[in-house]
Amino acid sequence: MNERGYEAVIGLEVHAQLVTATKIFCGCPAVYGADPNTLVCPVCLGLPGALPVLNREAVAMAVRMGLATGCRVAGLSVFARKNYFYPDCPKNYQISMYDRPLCEDGFVEFELGGEWRRVGIERIHLEEDAGKLLHDAGGGSLVDFNRCGVPLIEIVSRPEIRSPEEASTYLVTLRRILRYLEICDGNMEEGSLRCDVNVSVRRAGETALGTKTEIKNLNSFRAVDMGIRWEMDRQIETLSKGGRIEQVTNLWDAASKRLVEMRSKEQAHDYRYFPEPDLRPLEVAAEWIEALRRSLPELPVDRERRLRRHYGIPPYDASVLCGEKGLADYFEAVAGAGADAKLAANWIMREVLEEMKSGPAAPRSDPGAVSSAGPFGFEAPLDPSRLAGLIALVKKNAVSGSAARDAFKEMVRSGETAETVVARLGLAQESDSAALEKWIDEVIAENPDEAARYRAGKTALLGFFVGQVMKKSRGTANPKLTGELVRVKLGT
Amino acid sequence: MSDILRYSIDELSALYRAKKLAVRDVVDAYLARIDEAEPSIKAFLAVFPDEARARAAELDERGHDGSILYGVPVAVKDNICTRGAATTCASKILERYRPPYDATVVERLRLSGAVILGKTNLDEFAMGSSCENSAFQATRNPWDTERAPGGSSGGSAAAVASGMALAALGSDTGGSIRQPAALCGVAGLKGTYGRVSRYGLVAFASSLDQIGPLARGVRDAARVMEAIAGHDPNDATTIPEPAPALSADLDKGLDGLRLAVPAGLDRWRMDEPVREIVLQTVARLAEEGMKPETVELPGMETSIASYYVLANAEASSNLARYDGVKYGYRAGSGALAEMYERTRGEGFGEEVKRRILLGTYVLSSGYYDAYYGKAQRVQALIREQFRAVFRKFDLVMLPTSPTPAFRLGERLADPIAMYLSDIFTTPANIAGFPAISVPAGLSPDGLPIGMQLFAGWGRESVLLRGACGLERVFRFRERFPGPAAGGGRLS
Ligand SMILES: [Zn+2]
Repeated sequence: MNERGYEAVIGLEVHAQLVTATKIFCGCPAVYGADPNTLVCPVCLGLPGALPVLNREAVAMAVRMGLATGCRVAGLSVFARKNYFYPDCPKNYQISMYDRPLCEDGFVEFELGGEWRRVGIERIHLEEDAGKLLHDAGGGSLVDFNRCGVPLIEIVSRPEIRSPEEASTYLVTLRRILRYLEICDGNMEEGSLRCDVNVSVRRAGETALGTKTEIKNLNSFRAVDMGIRWEMDRQIETLSKGGRIEQVTNLWDAASKRLVEMRSKEQAHDYRYFPEPDLRPLEVAAEWIEALRRSLPELPVDRERRLRRHYGIPPYDASVLCGEKGLADYFEAVAGAGADAKLAANWIMREVLEEMKSGPAAPRSDPGAVSSAGPFGFEAPLDPSRLAGLIALVKKNAVSGSAARDAFKEMVRSGETAETVVARLGLAQESDSAALEKWIDEVIAENPDEAARYRAGKTALLGFFVGQVMKKSRGTANPKLTGELVRVKLGT
Repeated sequence: MSDILRYSIDELSALYRAKKLAVRDVVDAYLARIDEAEPSIKAFLAVFPDEARARAAELDERGHDGSILYGVPVAVKDNICTRGAATTCASKILERYRPPYDATVVERLRLSGAVILGKTNLDEFAMGSSCENSAFQATRNPWDTERAPGGSSGGSAAAVASGMALAALGSDTGGSIRQPAALCGVAGLKGTYGRVSRYGLVAFASSLDQIGPLARGVRDAARVMEAIAGHDPNDATTIPEPAPALSADLDKGLDGLRLAVPAGLDRWRMDEPVREIVLQTVARLAEEGMKPETVELPGMETSIASYYVLANAEASSNLARYDGVKYGYRAGSGALAEMYERTRGEGFGEEVKRRILLGTYVLSSGYYDAYYGKAQRVQALIREQFRAVFRKFDLVMLPTSPTPAFRLGERLADPIAMYLSDIFTTPANIAGFPAISVPAGLSPDGLPIGMQLFAGWGRESVLLRGACGLERVFRFRERFPGPAAGGGRLS
């Protein structure tokens, strides 16, 4: 609820590009980044006489998304033509689905501010992507049809989202599911995940819906959040002044961080949907649906709950670790190799993710490049058993925290085990009293003034002595034990 | 007039096998006939003499390899894509459009050994029943060059009727193969929807369009059909099962077939000679011991109404791609909307624009249910009613066109009269079953009249058997050799 007594009613339409090998209706590769108009054929160019043939792989992916979000998968769904003129659409109609979508009535769940939320999914349907317009400096426009016919699923939420935070969390949740299923890489910068938003506001407590407006081109989580805030403010402002909300479509301009009106209600398209006569109704056999259901991985929200319960790790850790399937797999492998779960979570969330400069959630610097592990691969810098070995040494105080971090870097570099690196570099933590006392005696002897001041009551110098011992031991002295021994030696 | 032009496909094949004839001679004879007749018929939008001769040489070199159309000179309607050769749909908007691929049927013609002589005229985008809606030329009926050949496959029908091609491909959305076949005195076959691949057929109404053969006789039509029919992985609407042996039963005769004629022929407006020929045929069949029963034929009036809703709706969407952006005609240089408007305004002819507007209207929000939705329900009903008819009968016999060939220009000002030319043919498209037109006789004016047969879904072999039987009853080609044999007003 807004401070001025308004609440928002938000619905998201999310388009996710499926990572099929080929396009949805032809055999052209469905890949990003090729030279313009090199991945085209008569079908995806919409040349006269060419006909679409449905790619079953795209159907399987869409069905899996439907199942993962609790949707009912239709045994019979119907492709429809959405008619509109635009130069990036070579047939001037898009093959989509209309009144008989593939999946209906699902939901996703996520935790926000310590509360579990459930947002309904109205429908998920298959459609083809359009090409891309490139406006050149001379005022002309060019069109690249490579993207034409790349399979998309459109995931339409119910208008059950109430705040910008909820909208972006919903989107993050969808993205996580898509990536768990390995059907969409979720890269918003490259446009493989896109989001349009419908927003209306109403006074808190009202049940009738206000007039909604649409925001297109929200191409980052931040844009979703900012765009909705902008539009909510604008609508509340208008209503507070007694104005009326017009049904418009706005475009988010990422550069200026503001909304620009794209078209008004009068200019709204009549898409003249009708059943696509070039394709038979899509039949999805019940046995196939069941086989696809069995192929689903453990879903992120289930895994998050299980990790919390089973490993006793905090909710935040569980949510970070479950952000990527590969990351959660890695965590469980490390824990499975005997590492303390909480330590393992800490080590993975800090050292491991830091080490992976191009971590899985980070955008790839070169958009054309795909790592050898593919868009869903998770290449940890250390294999689980070696990390578990290091964590075991930390757990039993055999290395200090800082020495362990050095050992980690060296293990990544050399490929050796924790024991080998710790031994080779002499990083083992010294907890033997005799050895520690020898160093302490030397330090006291070398610093008589400080010792005297300490004895006179300046106990804050304890840190100085421990530091000197650490230095002498090249970081291997057990700092806690050293402190205790210093106190004993200096008689406090 | 060369004897070569009289041979049927089977006769040519036998002569080729016996090495009594070279493909080159046959192709030369047809090209010579084109030189002679084309100026007065205007059936072709393009002729490929060099390619045809090169192809003939290649086939002669290879010798008869048993392929089904070896050395058969054919013409192809110009809404069927031919790689690298203009495919215009008789529209200004595609005047210089050259497709980068062959339609599946063209590929199959080539694989079957056929020689493609050229591309034939049509009503623009196959929209019309007279061939007068071509942006380039009006084709003349070889039986009377003051008259229209029918349409939209008028160029293909006229080419076959005047002996300029042994067979031709047409496309049939509401009768566009059968009606011109009837008006030009040749056989024209539309298979079950999905029997022949539409891949590479420039779409008019996707759910109704079917490519099929026009030929001088039923047997030749069956041969061409065998070459082009069958499942195509590039067309999801083709029937997945292999096509049945279409000509296996050709000679089994009419005996034993359950034949029906529509009850109450008087209800429909048709010219007297057309009604006459139906009655004569029924009488002839009765004499031969076959008693056609009468059947209340469903959907005759309603199918033409739903046809014009469904076909135009699909056309409005199918023709949206011609916008000046990617290929074909482009006009205007300013804003995008201006280019769209001028390109389409100048590139399309009147009839095409009329249908796009009608189709756009019936799909519009608020009108969809009243028009498109209703037409679909009517379609489902007609299909159901025909299912009942075909449970009782193998074949239904009725005229192809309510009139013989009409004078050029006679119906241009009256689109409704033109649309009614399709009254007997549209049920086969609306319901999707196969149908054929067989030349039956001549009107007192010396104009051909066609008789049509309907058969149940997937029953082309029964249809062709019946058509062959009727052909023997009519003996049309023996009685009226016509322009194909140098007769008519051409010679
Ligand atoms: Zn393609």
